[in-house]
Amino acid sequence: MTRLPDNALLEDLSRITPPLNVIVDRERLRPFETDAFISHRAVPMCAILPESEAQVCEILKSCSARGVPVVTRGAGTGISGGAIPRDDGVLVVLTRLNAVKQVDPLARTARVGPGVRNVVVSEVAAPHGLFYAPDPSSQLICSIGGNVAENSGGVHCLKYGLTTHNLMQVRVVLSEGEVITVGSLALDTAGYDLLAVVTGSEGMLGLITEIVVKLQPIPEYVETLLAAFPTVNDAAGAVGQIIGGGVIPAALEMMDKMVIEACEKFMSAGFPLDAEALLLIELDGAREEVAEQLAQVERVLVNCHAQEIRRAKDDAEREKLWKARKGAFAALATIRPDYYTIDGTIPRRCLPDVLARYEILAQEYGMLVANVFHAGDGNLHPCIFYDATVPGEMERSEELGGKMLEICVEVGGTITGEHGVGIEKLRQMCIQFRPNEIAAFHAIKAAFDPSGVLNPGKGIPELKRCSEWGGMHVRNGQMPRADIPRF
Amino acid sequence: MDTFIQDLTEQISQASAAGRAVAIHGGNTKSFYGGAVTGQALDMRPYTGIIDYEPKELVLTARAGTTLAEIETAMARDNQMLPFEPPYFAEGATIGGTVATGLSGPRRPYTGAVRDFVLGTRIVNGKGEDLRFGGRVIKNVAGYDVSRLMTGAMGTLGVLLDLSFKVLPKPPDEITLRYELDEATAILRFNEWAGRPLPISATSWHEGVAMLRLSGAIAGVKAAREKLGGDLVDGADAEKFWRDLRDHRLAFFQTDEPVWRLSVPSTTPALNLDLPHWMEWGGALRWLRGATDAKTLRAKVEAAGGHVTLFRGGEKTSGVFHPLPPVLSKIHRNLKSAFDPANILNPGRMDNF
Repeated sequence: MTRLPDNALLEDLSRITPPLNVIVDRERLRPFETDAFISHRAVPMCAILPESEAQVCEILKSCSARGVPVVTRGAGTGISGGAIPRDDGVLVVLTRLNAVKQVDPLARTARVGPGVRNVVVSEVAAPHGLFYAPDPSSQLICSIGGNVAENSGGVHCLKYGLTTHNLMQVRVVLSEGEVITVGSLALDTAGYDLLAVVTGSEGMLGLITEIVVKLQPIPEYVETLLAAFPTVNDAAGAVGQIIGGGVIPAALEMMDKMVIEACEKFMSAGFPLDAEALLLIELDGAREEVAEQLAQVERVLVNCHAQEIRRAKDDAEREKLWKARKGAFAALATIRPDYYTIDGTIPRRCLPDVLARYEILAQEYGMLVANVFHAGDGNLHPCIFYDATVPGEMERSEELGGKMLEICVEVGGTITGEHGVGIEKLRQMCIQFRPNEIAAFHAIKAAFDPSGVLNPGKGIPELKRCSEWGGMHVRNGQMPRADIPRF
Repeated sequence: MDTFIQDLTEQISQASAAGRAVAIHGGNTKSFYGGAVTGQALDMRPYTGIIDYEPKELVLTARAGTTLAEIETAMARDNQMLPFEPPYFAEGATIGGTVATGLSGPRRPYTGAVRDFVLGTRIVNGKGEDLRFGGRVIKNVAGYDVSRLMTGAMGTLGVLLDLSFKVLPKPPDEITLRYELDEATAILRFNEWAGRPLPISATSWHEGVAMLRLSGAIAGVKAAREKLGGDLVDGADAEKFWRDLRDHRLAFFQTDEPVWRLSVPSTTPALNLDLPHWMEWGGALRWLRGATDAKTLRAKVEAAGGHVTLFRGGEKTSGVFHPLPPVLSKIHRNLKSAFDPANILNPGRMDNF
């Protein structure tokens, strides 16, 4: 793709009515040069902040006609680099398409613009006794459009599903400026499931301009438990027995010794010092149902040698139990200011083995690794702590992260459970998929975006890059912004 | 099984080179569904067996030719289920056919569709390539979601080989309540109930009688029952009723007349189409029985935000599946030619693009 003089495109854009908000000033473009994957950055030719779908169509027509790459951005909280601009392309920022257009309490849906923040959807649904289930850690600031583009998860996925399970319909502008509707307000549509393909497509197939999400009834009652175990095996066994026994908790989080030690050191949480793993369990549903499940879960925890079980009596205590997880990371970050979060998913039965291998690797690299684990669905988030001001530490953390992802693939898992590929995991894509599978991904992209201008170079590696990297040790993974919790 | 796959990839490569159509089938229990297809029969039934099932992981992987009966029997031992309550329609239904048609049963609006529980697929595309997408873990966002794309694609994008699913525990308790309600009230109630934290797992309405199934923990079901009134249906009768509804064994569906499947927003008012009809999925699925003009019906349902499938019987020349808008049609053709450039996999089975 040849880089065209900026002027020709800018002239096209200036003809669009109503006039677009186009930023070309380099200093004003700075805030857009990266997302939350801050080790990579680029200043785009310009950033455009459209205020209507019609403007988005015109922008795309101009860009595809001139072969100018288009990167889409929402709130910029993605941590795999999917929204990082290109210096030869434009950045389309969809934050101004932030209208909540309709909440239909009877149909249990909300129609929103892509720029609406995740938490706002639940806020507008709450008066009707409804909520939007997917809750990524960045939900206060991340946008729904970005959630669709990444197929975001959260701590409640095991019970309520990922973004892809909570969507009805999405409007998408294709690179040639055509608008399609995928999904519908019914429970299925004629033809192929394009809604599934668009969800998680990381801005490579089209720009999302409107989303109808599914809302769920707010559970009547919630119980939260925290249990400490003498071994990882015991904790993993408890998870298996809870689920195998027929209870699907709303959240089921595991934390390792590093987290427990941090709790002790910085928050005097009072956990048994010989505890090797913590489980945080949340049950929700009708009051009677939760009571029944609670009794069952407590029996399992005791049988699996839990040394201590704490139960939240009210919302304040619930908050306190969650702090055991969230606070520990803030505490660890005081020893080493930066951390890099991995997002591999593994079959849960491999957990003790994988954690043991992670520990050996961490020792080999002389780095602190704390493990948080969405235990119910097998999504691991090891956090590698380092200090970016110490030469070589960031690179070592990247290398260690790459090795950890390789282990996930080796045991039958995946390189990304909910964060996306972006630019961060392009190399690991070559490990997870074979060349003809990667070719199939490229063919899907071409089916939607024949001119290839949408977020080129992200998500799916070029085959020739895979063969260049082939045989190389996986070595990638970068530094996220340390100030937003994301696990 | 390796030999089966090797033979299959060779057979498809040759068919592709020769432009020879292949008609994929399993138990032939859903052969009535979809556009007419001609081609050399490809029987997937020899490719059978559960590959991996670990109840504590909530994940099951099976070969496409495995029967639903075998899978559900294996899962029942561990008190688990395929959460989308797949229809059998007849004995011999396979998991491959279930995924290919993308059809789900009465539980669908409350726990999800087949597509919601498919985690991974291994397929042979129309070029004879053996490809794997997704995986055996519950969360996975690496690459486009090809596994869900395969679901409901009627075998037109690839021959399904291995299929992985997220599964769920069977609810400990299940009861069915019966109400006498007119259609408009039933639609309203179904939607209102679905907006409250109640353990609803199925709904049905036909000729003034609404049925509501509750599934969950014993105490939870009991508490919901007290809130919801209605008459308790005998357990065995209820079980038979939902199974017969799922498999279209009720008298309403036993007909030589065409059966239309209307998928609409759940709050769509009564459609007044002057034909016998049956509602389920909380109002989102309406079955219609009898000859009618396809075009008029489709226009009316489309205006309500839904789509119409000529599900069984009738005149297929007017199209089985709801026609797609031109731009969507174009994407469908592009995808078809990406996966099956020689158009040899079940050509004509999906007849709307």
